[in-house]
Amino acid sequence: MPRIIKYILYDILRTRFILFYTLFLLLSAVGMYQLDSDTSKVVLSMMNIVLIVVPLVSIVFTTIHFYNSYEFIELMLAQPVNRTVVFLSQYLSVALSLLLAYTVGIGLPMVFYGTEASGLTLILSGAMLTLVFVSLAFLSAVLTRDKAKAIGVALLFWFYFSLIFDAFVLWILYSFSDYPLEKVTVALIALNPVDLARILMILQLDVSALMGYTGAFFKDFFGGGMGFAFATGVLLLWVAVPLGLAMRVFKRKDL
Amino acid sequence: MMRWTAVMLMLGWQTADGGVIRAGDGRSVVQAVEMAAAGDTVIVPQGTYAEGNILIRKPLTVLGENMPVMDGRMKDEIFTIAAEHVTIDGFRIINTGRSSMEDLAGIKCLDAHHAVIRNNIFENTFFGIHISNSDHSTISNNKLSSSAEFEYQLGNGIHLWKCKHALIEGNEVTGHRDGIYFEFVTLSFIRKNISQKNMRYGLHFMFSHDDAYEDNVFRNNGAGVSVMYTRHVKMHRNVFEDNWGSSSYGLLLKDISDSEVIGNRFTGNTSGIYMEGTSRTVFDGNLFRQNGWAIKLMASCDGNSFNRNNFSGNTFDISTNGALVLNSMSHNHWDKYEGYDLDRDGIGDIPFHPVSLFSVISEHIPSAMLIWRSFLVFLLDRAEKVMPAVTPANLKDDNPMMHAHDLG
Repeated sequence: MPRIIKYILYDILRTRFILFYTLFLLLSAVGMYQLDSDTSKVVLSMMNIVLIVVPLVSIVFTTIHFYNSYEFIELMLAQPVNRTVVFLSQYLSVALSLLLAYTVGIGLPMVFYGTEASGLTLILSGAMLTLVFVSLAFLSAVLTRDKAKAIGVALLFWFYFSLIFDAFVLWILYSFSDYPLEKVTVALIALNPVDLARILMILQLDVSALMGYTGAFFKDFFGGGMGFAFATGVLLLWVAVPLGLAMRVFKRKDL
Repeated sequence: MMRWTAVMLMLGWQTADGGVIRAGDGRSVVQAVEMAAAGDTVIVPQGTYAEGNILIRKPLTVLGENMPVMDGRMKDEIFTIAAEHVTIDGFRIINTGRSSMEDLAGIKCLDAHHAVIRNNIFENTFFGIHISNSDHSTISNNKLSSSAEFEYQLGNGIHLWKCKHALIEGNEVTGHRDGIYFEFVTLSFIRKNISQKNMRYGLHFMFSHDDAYEDNVFRNNGAGVSVMYTRHVKMHRNVFEDNWGSSSYGLLLKDISDSEVIGNRFTGNTSGIYMEGTSRTVFDGNLFRQNGWAIKLMASCDGNSFNRNNFSGNTFDISTNGALVLNSMSHNHWDKYEGYDLDRDGIGDIPFHPVSLFSVISEHIPSAMLIWRSFLVFLLDRAEKVMPAVTPANLKDDNPMMHAHDLG
């Protein structure tokens, strides 16, 4: 498995896309630090980028990569190698390279210019988002046969989680505003990894506003460590479940 | 040594017009107080005294030597002062009784003008210092702390009712119901106190006209600070921080008029200032930083002006509950301002609207706060900025500053 990972990583590096991605994140982070001296405001601006760009890049890059290495996968499977090993090596090497790009791109300026707890949370939530969207991309890739279609599905995933879902949540909250919706809202948020990553961030940035609720449930959820534990836990599920499903499909798939 | 010298000095000065009586060596504090004539000094040496209530009915100076402990054994009130010109200095007053019927206190003044209470430590008291109908009292450099599971089991730290010309200075109050409580107290000063972790308000202020409170710190109190039904209050250079909760406010202003809120710092509160029925009050040179809502300005406020304040890192700068705007804002610095300054006079060329759409939404549907800072909310706020439909269009700062004021 380490040897397969090594070859795939080499392949990924050769396309240079990862380098561009790192450079892009690095430049935008440095630019924000240059523009604003207030570190908490910089984290805020970076969060907006992370929540939009990281899912998009992760999911599109992974899908394209999967289809580009389709022949390599076929070749590997012709050898006496377990399908699980091939699939996991693919997942690990893509996730690893994207994670590395992200951590370097966002983390290096933070080390250089200094940051606070919210910066570390940003790194954590962005890393989780990367993993989640790589998983989702693998799922969309194994579910389709056609590259264009897979990219379409991937983009749809991104659009759905970044925008449509929140509009849907807001609509529900508006329509049922006469009812106690605290637990329902938290349950709804759990259905969207981007929202979970965002919750991790606003727990850091806006906690004094979040404490403005009368409900005891929210108070426990935001005030104690429960919100953090919940969001991180569900995000891990969001990594594991699509990955498991994709692996299941991949194992039985007629390539 | 310093302390001893101070006591000696006091002695020398006191003996000029009165004798010195020492408690201890078989003489109780009650006996010493009884023996003393008006104007005498009673010295209580180091030790623990549990003598029940000590009632003082003549002008006396009562000095503790090396912080003698006055123990109320969880049932007594300790000092009760019912005379003018009484000084209590240098005691450690612990374990008063707890009774809501009698308002038991560590030191209680009744019709006792010119009382001086200083350098005492209060621990586990119901009321710490309870003063009623007494003018010209001075309460300085005391430390008061108490604790209980429920609010009703606690009294206030420093409680004043119907007083004039009081000076409250340099005290530290923690763990009481209200840190400092003022009702019908006029022409008084509250200065350089620290009031924190009290179960209800750090400072509770009602019907107390023409007072000033300056350079105090109010931190982490159950409901922050509340100033109500008062006119001509000066609130200068205080720090209001970390008051968290749905009904917790850095500063709650209710039916206040002709007052000043100048040079204060509001940091990390759920609501920095919540104001209703407030008129003609000046908010100048304050810093609002990392609050949930910097200012909740209800539509019942009129004639207030907000000038030269700094707003930075607040979730929402201002929220309101109506379209009517009778207040003015000018020359504030808003970190959310995105305008430009072509003539380079340091003032932005387009007005700033501090009420965002989402603050209106989350006012109606609190749980919508969970989608705060999402891309959707960003788009909605942008659209609202271009075409205001929900937010009050005339609540705006026409002269927003490009750079933060230097508030020291």
